[in-house]
Amino acid sequence: MKPGWEMVIGLEVHCELKTATKLFCGCPNMFGDEANTNVCPVCLGLPGSLPVLNQKAVELAMAIGTALNCEILPSTFHRKNYFYPDQAKDYQISQYDEPINVNGHLDLPDGSRVGIERAHMEEDTGKTSHAGSSGRIHGSDYSLVDYNRSGVPLVEIVSAPDMRSSAQARAYAGELRAVLVASGASDGKMEEGSMRVDANVSVRRSVDDPFGTRCEIKNLNSVRSLGRAIEYEADRQIALIEAGEVVVQQTRHWDEDAGRTVTLRSKEDAYDYRYFLEPDLVPLVPDAEWIDAVADTLGMMPAVRRARLVRLLEESGGASESQLDQVATVVDLRLDDLVVSAVAGGVSSGLALARTANEAANDADAARRLDPAAYLALLTMEAAGTVSATQAKAVLADLLVRGGGDPAAMAKAKGFEAMSEDSLASTVAEVVVAHPDEWGRYCEGGEKGDKLAGFFTGLVMKATRGQANGKAVATELQRLRGG
Amino acid sequence: MAEPGRLTREDVAHVAALARLHLSDAELDLFTGQLAEVLDHASDVASLDLAGVAPTAHAMAVTNVLRPDEVRPGLDRDEVLGQAPSVEDHRFRVPRIPGEAP
Repeated sequence: MKPGWEMVIGLEVHCELKTATKLFCGCPNMFGDEANTNVCPVCLGLPGSLPVLNQKAVELAMAIGTALNCEILPSTFHRKNYFYPDQAKDYQISQYDEPINVNGHLDLPDGSRVGIERAHMEEDTGKTSHAGSSGRIHGSDYSLVDYNRSGVPLVEIVSAPDMRSSAQARAYAGELRAVLVASGASDGKMEEGSMRVDANVSVRRSVDDPFGTRCEIKNLNSVRSLGRAIEYEADRQIALIEAGEVVVQQTRHWDEDAGRTVTLRSKEDAYDYRYFLEPDLVPLVPDAEWIDAVADTLGMMPAVRRARLVRLLEESGGASESQLDQVATVVDLRLDDLVVSAVAGGVSSGLALARTANEAANDADAARRLDPAAYLALLTMEAAGTVSATQAKAVLADLLVRGGGDPAAMAKAKGFEAMSEDSLASTVAEVVVAHPDEWGRYCEGGEKGDKLAGFFTGLVMKATRGQANGKAVATELQRLRGG
Repeated sequence: MAEPGRLTREDVAHVAALARLHLSDAELDLFTGQLAEVLDHASDVASLDLAGVAPTAHAMAVTNVLRPDEVRPGLDRDEVLGQAPSVEDHRFRVPRIPGEAP
């Protein structure tokens, strides 16, 4: 970001709801099925068909509203009319001036708060692909349409223009994704399009200036693209203004390969949607009892999960910067229950967190299915020195593949057994004798000398192929040095 | 000169363009007159005193019409695509679309 400028960002996030069926008909809501196999008269817009609202979709929309601290209000549905074949009806059913959720907020891990203006329900469109000469949108000869996605329930979450950097926008997208997954509303898969982000970006010279003219950026397929596109777009707008030109309000398309945004349409081409109340649907008026019942089904939100782990660390002395990163990783991967149950079983929070963030996280899908009792048993063995850290990691890899098992038996099968004190002591002695210069410096102590403990530990580990317990080696080295 | 607020020929041309309808001059004149009469009739409501009357969202005083989230069989794909004028790769083939989805 160029000095002397501030960017202002608002995000619109479309989230596909994790229902069994579509928003207004009983067709399966299923990604990746063969084209046009999940269609019926309603989602094909055939004459005489009538939409009926999916109760589960409403409840997931209310769950999102609750998780985002919104007011949940009586709402209505409108027809948004436009001429484009991704809706066979030539209109999309959406909530317009009376959305179900309004006036919420999302707190980000850095402590900042982003306002949520609204989170409304609407139906997704069909999928168009553009065939022909170039395969690109412009220059294609015709289009092919698959209506499987047409009518899939969506919630569109519109933030306030509260973000001031691409990093903050990325953090918002990440935290929102975690909240959507935690609320059970979405699988949060950006790569499958179940979460899609559009960014509104403008720039200004001072926080006291009014907002500049904004551009909307579409086609952001990852959190990384979001950050890159915002940076590019802010620089483009600043260059325009500094050259004495003006920013024209328009919708722009992010070209990931070229790393730039290009004009899609200007404000003059803005669609005239001619919204009117959908006469085939009646108002949705959730009562307090229903809203409360949905709130009761909500899982723990990511912010609460992070606080829970930080509290465990603080109970045993405090949380370092790198441990806070581990907390974020573990909660992001939804592995925090493993840590909590291990600590409840007597393992130190530092060890449980480190193994989970560094090793279990490598195969998070398997780790989420892992038997917590087996995990606890393994970490207990490591803490007691029955297996070394290296051995514990090897057993964990096996546990993850199998989904559970008896870590003691698995360690034994691998030939992992704690080295006897005698055998450990003789290995340490051999290593020391082989490196008299280093040993001499180690014995001198001081900051430089003490660092050589790692050198000797490494040699012992190599000689024992990881079987030695690192702590036991350190103790033996100190004993030989004379305390 | 049209009366203030009354539907104009330009309004009808605009709405027709949005719907990709190509109307002749004669059709534009005909529909402007017909549509204006319909809207005039509807605008009679504006002359009523509606202070204190809540807006009506639906003709029936019904709310929360919902269905359970259960899969129901849809239509056979061959039957569906058999109705389409043009099909390719099990998808509806439609004319080239300038621009992107709204």
